[in-house]
Amino acid sequence: MTNIPSEFKYTKTHEWAYRDEDEDFITVGVTHHAQQRLGDIVFIELPEVGIRVHEGEEFGVIESVKAASDLYCPISGQVIAVNSALNANPALINQHPFDAGWLIKLKPDDIADLDELLDADDYAAAVEEEDSD
Amino acid sequence: MLKKTKLYDEHLALGATFFEFANWNMPLHYGSQVEEHQRVRNRAGVFDVSHMLSIDIHGSDAATFLRRILANDVQKLTSGKALYSCMLNPHAGIMDDLIVYRLSEDSFRIVVNAATAQKDLGWIQNHAKQYSVTVRARSDLAMLAVQGPQAIPLLQAVFPEQLYKAITELKHFHVLYQNDLLIARTGYTGEDGLEIILPQDKVVALWKAIVAQGIVPAGLGARDSLRLEAGLNLYGVDMDETVSPLESNLAWTIDWQDTQRDFIGKEGLLKQQNKGVKHQLVGVVLLAKGVCRQGMSVFIPIPGKEDMLRGKLTSGGFSPTLACSIGLARIPAGNFSALEVDIRGKRVPAKIIKPPFVSKGKGTLV
Repeated sequence: MTNIPSEFKYTKTHEWAYRDEDEDFITVGVTHHAQQRLGDIVFIELPEVGIRVHEGEEFGVIESVKAASDLYCPISGQVIAVNSALNANPALINQHPFDAGWLIKLKPDDIADLDELLDADDYAAAVEEEDSD
Repeated sequence: MLKKTKLYDEHLALGATFFEFANWNMPLHYGSQVEEHQRVRNRAGVFDVSHMLSIDIHGSDAATFLRRILANDVQKLTSGKALYSCMLNPHAGIMDDLIVYRLSEDSFRIVVNAATAQKDLGWIQNHAKQYSVTVRARSDLAMLAVQGPQAIPLLQAVFPEQLYKAITELKHFHVLYQNDLLIARTGYTGEDGLEIILPQDKVVALWKAIVAQGIVPAGLGARDSLRLEAGLNLYGVDMDETVSPLESNLAWTIDWQDTQRDFIGKEGLLKQQNKGVKHQLVGVVLLAKGVCRQGMSVFIPIPGKEDMLRGKLTSGGFSPTLACSIGLARIPAGNFSALEVDIRGKRVPAKIIKPPFVSKGKGTLV
């Protein structure tokens, strides 16, 4: 069973976005389902702080024992932090995909873009559909 | 419908993630491939490798026959010894790589890859017709590999005292065989350990007894990263019928000693030697972040020239022991020390080494 917290927003490409109450930035990561499918994650390539990223475009690469996968940005904005702990310990993404394994924090151009993403139920349905393929 | 080994339900109960390998539904890992890899390097792990096929060759011509179809020479095997060999086609292309065990004067067992098992069996049966031998595919057998520096000490409680004592006295590439139980000090991980072949109806009990000793189940994912670190070729990726042992870092497996011996592929090998071997298989260590993988192109600079020589990675992956990416590449013959790997459009520098990358649990690189 895959873990899909209801307070997060999702993309069909298995990233999540989360906005803490009253904050003007969001945190981005990959889902439990994504890390499970990738297997052990061994390298991560993330953008530099300050760079602008665009919705639906690649912002990094995740390398697992199995394959390399591009990371796609859930919404447009500016990168304000990257999770440097992942350089030494990329397995954090496997162990804690929704907290310690976060990837970047970004300041969205328009915070309302967050509402356009999938909610937990939509994402669960998308995962199920994909698994039945 | 994919084939399952007798241990399928055990793997399922252990939470294995399965994948298709050569028409078999096999465990890829039981949670973490990297963890299983490290457990085998540091302690011990057990693999279900029952997808591999044992073929028994028996009869007064058994040795003569194997001296004809294998590039290595079973003549040097006394009973209770094993060796690694390629089986070649007449052009010296590698049909398969295998281990052959001499069980008695006129009785041998070879263990072949799952993906090539049926092809091999047909080839062997066909060539056996001119010899006084019987060829028997033993799909009734299962096979476990128990590997790691602590593998043998941890097995003490699993076997009766006398048998265990005999196991501890087994030398590398020696084998015990009694009542359809074969125990050999061989493996595919670069670590000490055993490979055990036994009747299928006994394998579940043995597996449970081994796991009960704290030897962790390890999937074929870890098996692949372990063999790559050990610099051992995988059939079907690092070599196939289009390349010879001379182009596959396996020249050492060809036995030329007896000049009178006419093995299949010998002529092809000689022809290749006379014309000059055009390719080689080398070890590659990536010098920057990232993971090089099977199929990626490599480029070798030639001093004083703008053009680069080209080659291809036949295997690639992440080495948990070295914490960097390693691979095997087939490149033009010559003396080179560095190359570049094309990783999704980026040229990443790498150095060339002679495998293994890891030996007895430790990196071989300075």
